[in-house]
Amino acid sequence: MGITRRTFIKGLGSGITAVGLADVVLPRSGWAGVVAPAKTKDSQVTTSICPFCGVGCGLIAHTKGGKLINVEGDPDHPINQGSLCSKGEAVFEVVTSPRRLKKVRYRAPGSDLWEEKSLDWAMTTLAQRVKATRDAAFIAKSPTGVTVNRTEALAAIGGSPLNNEECYLIAKLSRALGIVYLETQARL
Amino acid sequence: MTNHWNDLANSDCVMIIGCNPAENHPLSFKWITKAMDKGAKLIVVDPRFTRSVAKADLHVRLRPGTDIALMGGLINYVLENNLFHKDYVANYTNAAFIVNKDFTFHDGLFSGYDQAKRAYNPATWSYELDAEKKPVTDPTLANPRCVFQIMKQFYARYTMEMVAAVTGVPKERLLEMATTFGATGQPGKAGTLLYAMGGTQHTTGVQIIRSYTLLQQLLGNMGLPGGGINALRGENNVQGATDMALLFNTVPGYMAIPSEAAHPTLKDYLEKETPKASFWINKPKFFVSLLKAFWGEAAQKGNDFAYDYLPKIGKGYQGSGYSFIPLFEAMNEGAIKGMLVWGMNPAVSAPNLTQAYSALGKLEWLAAFDLWETDTSVFWKRPGAKTKDIKTEVFLFPAADSLEKEGSVSNSGRWIQWRYQAVKPHGDAQSDLWYANRLALELKKLYKDDPQAVCPDPIVKLDWNYGEAPDVHLVAKEINGYTVSDKKQVANFLGLKDDGATACGCWIYSGFYPGPDKKDNKAAARGTKDPTGLGLYPGWAFAWPVNRRIIYNRCSLDPQGQPWNKDKALFAWNPVAKTWKNFDVPDFKWIDPATKVHVGPEESAKAPFLMLPEGKSRIFVPGGLCKEGPLPEHYEALECPFVNPMSAQQSNPVMKVWKSELDRVAQVCDPKYPIIATTFRLTEHWQTGTMTRNLTWQAELIPEMFVEISPTLARARGIKAGDWVQVKSVRGEVRARAEVTRRVAPFCCGKEGFTSTVEMVALPWHFGFAGLITGGPDSQQNYAANQLSPMVGDANTMIPEYKVFLVDVQKV
Repeated sequence: MGITRRTFIKGLGSGITAVGLADVVLPRSGWAGVVAPAKTKDSQVTTSICPFCGVGCGLIAHTKGGKLINVEGDPDHPINQGSLCSKGEAVFEVVTSPRRLKKVRYRAPGSDLWEEKSLDWAMTTLAQRVKATRDAAFIAKSPTGVTVNRTEALAAIGGSPLNNEECYLIAKLSRALGIVYLETQARL
Repeated sequence: MTNHWNDLANSDCVMIIGCNPAENHPLSFKWITKAMDKGAKLIVVDPRFTRSVAKADLHVRLRPGTDIALMGGLINYVLENNLFHKDYVANYTNAAFIVNKDFTFHDGLFSGYDQAKRAYNPATWSYELDAEKKPVTDPTLANPRCVFQIMKQFYARYTMEMVAAVTGVPKERLLEMATTFGATGQPGKAGTLLYAMGGTQHTTGVQIIRSYTLLQQLLGNMGLPGGGINALRGENNVQGATDMALLFNTVPGYMAIPSEAAHPTLKDYLEKETPKASFWINKPKFFVSLLKAFWGEAAQKGNDFAYDYLPKIGKGYQGSGYSFIPLFEAMNEGAIKGMLVWGMNPAVSAPNLTQAYSALGKLEWLAAFDLWETDTSVFWKRPGAKTKDIKTEVFLFPAADSLEKEGSVSNSGRWIQWRYQAVKPHGDAQSDLWYANRLALELKKLYKDDPQAVCPDPIVKLDWNYGEAPDVHLVAKEINGYTVSDKKQVANFLGLKDDGATACGCWIYSGFYPGPDKKDNKAAARGTKDPTGLGLYPGWAFAWPVNRRIIYNRCSLDPQGQPWNKDKALFAWNPVAKTWKNFDVPDFKWIDPATKVHVGPEESAKAPFLMLPEGKSRIFVPGGLCKEGPLPEHYEALECPFVNPMSAQQSNPVMKVWKSELDRVAQVCDPKYPIIATTFRLTEHWQTGTMTRNLTWQAELIPEMFVEISPTLARARGIKAGDWVQVKSVRGEVRARAEVTRRVAPFCCGKEGFTSTVEMVALPWHFGFAGLITGGPDSQQNYAANQLSPMVGDANTMIPEYKVFLVDVQKV
């Protein structure tokens, strides 16, 4: 999918709105009440935190019938007070992009294409691969007889865009498997 | 960050060095602007002219990688001109400590260097001890062997002339910077220092950051509102991922992973890892509680709380541990067979990508969990790949986005904030929590059912009861910690025990979920009151540890307990009533927990840094904790067009230089690669571009890979703005459009008589070969900047040197 003229004009449109309202003094609560809330009227509001940099700006997401219709800065958030940068403004598209993955993809050794697979098959197969790799290269004891229970054939990396609870479970599972090659983006 | 984003508004002088918040942390600039509105000065140190620079009172354009020389010059100036905060330095730092009489420094090397091993024996990097094994001190700071005098002598070599020769910054500008930031040494003034990858991504990264902290200690800028040393984190939860120990060398809460050499038994671990003094004397409580959180019922006193179920590390690949660089070196040797990738894209972010691709192709299998098809997950069909010869089996799992799941994230200011689910994920997409849970349950089943399974107990007995569709609140409550007998949440880490009575997944987070109900979840707290007007927002979210907003905050008070700045008081000590009034959570002993009697300020003045055995912050780091030495000394980058003017030691004497076939390095002053290259980030794109290169809005804003080239270099090479050029290093090449701009400029530096002028180019590193946009029009090109950078890292952290390497530039 390419960039359409329509998305460009849409972006431009919001710019024009902002210029038109330049002399309106905005209250701390942000745009709400200044611009007629046609799009977000009767929607459900959920608060979140921006998934991009480490500032941790507050977001509010508007949904209607389980569908995301708008994302904007949280006016009550002490750090961003309703503002967002260009990436934060684009969170809406992160959720709604047609390029998001919906199915498991699998590439067989030597193949030049993806195959679509079921989640169940992929999870059970992955668990088998993890076990086989771990068990084939498990180091139970050091040369001096110390119990070390590790594998140097498995690696796990990533986690910095994930939630704390996810990072914790990944750390817990990785260590239980004996993984020592465990790293995240902080190292880079 | 020792402080937090809103607190930047309290500063009298903001130094931005090695980061670019106006572009990379845009909303933080709101608070820098607020400080400036109140009269604060802004100094930006950057080799490039950035949007942060555009707002600055003073731009210091230093040659990349010369931060230690710059800081050394400032330290020298501050000491020579008595700008340092004397009471602070004498009372709160280790300046008064006497150093081992055999400690020496000569021509770039400290005592104890072993050339053959490229390592130090740090035995002499120690304090002199008295008969009771306590450090000897001289509070007058006059003893020639005290840390203060040693530092003074050490940095006397960093004269303004020398610093100008190293950094390329004119002497007048250095003086202006020294007087402007040096003014924060006055009691009552606060200077803050912000840094990010511009400081860390060097073979001398740790010592660069240390040099920043030396200056902040001398100026008495730690622990104050508007002060501190503040690392700006690049990802929304890189802080949390680090806290949760997705790092080879730690377990959650910054405790060491056991090692086979030092910690064969739990007893060894606890004895060696628990210092005799400091708050870390509680480590056994935190560590045993972690083992209980991991292995529950199976962790009993009789089996050392399942200590042996944790892996113990060995020496790692070629003796260099298991961090990212040795991981890829080991993978390229075929030692690693399978890899799980949780939302990461090393096919763009790894250094020396040619080598990284070769390594990925040696894996038997690769499993990636992501929102998108990442460059990493399709490395087998990258431009130029021999797809059929790549035998790696690849699984790509569709992951849920942050708005499609629930959980907490920790920002740079240590605020743990809750995200709720707004919508359901698409198709088969699942949260990473679900994937980790399902994988654990599958593995538990496999190991339980297989009588031939190798060492099944750590998996079979792993305490893992979060449900088929995992409940994130159960995980959050385990991270907070609870008493085992009644499953009651602990109030905070003071409730943890070392006898197996409590379980806690990450002690530093303890207190963020202190009760059983969702209403007890403090990460979700949305109190918007700011009672002090200092932007502490104590009722908004939860700042680890124990909701403390500014750490080391005892240092905001003088030894008698009165604030250095009465208008920015975090605490009030009433000497008559002998009581404290606290506006932040004290980072010092202020109350006797048993009697509830308030403890006077004199006691806490002795140890304002609770986590260190000596109780004082470290100007001089003893014991080899920093591998290059106890004081930061300037060395040049591995690839450098200048001979080090400071000493005969050209580059970091203890860094690991790899020797594999693909680890090519340019010579010092290599005539084939005469230009310095550095990498940077944009506002519109993020990290490896996986997120933003797939978004039409972001793709439209910055659609193409470019390289910033100075007008003089462009003229010399016949390059016009908008031309496609090829940037080439000894390792690889990348195409980019020429952005001919005065945002970059050549540096004129070098020792007297050996000065030369060297150009610098700068490349954004967000582009690659997969996604909606790759960085250019040619589908057979890879636009990733890291095809150029070297696989070499800092001696302590192994962070790669992305900020300085050598290239040449030619028109295509």
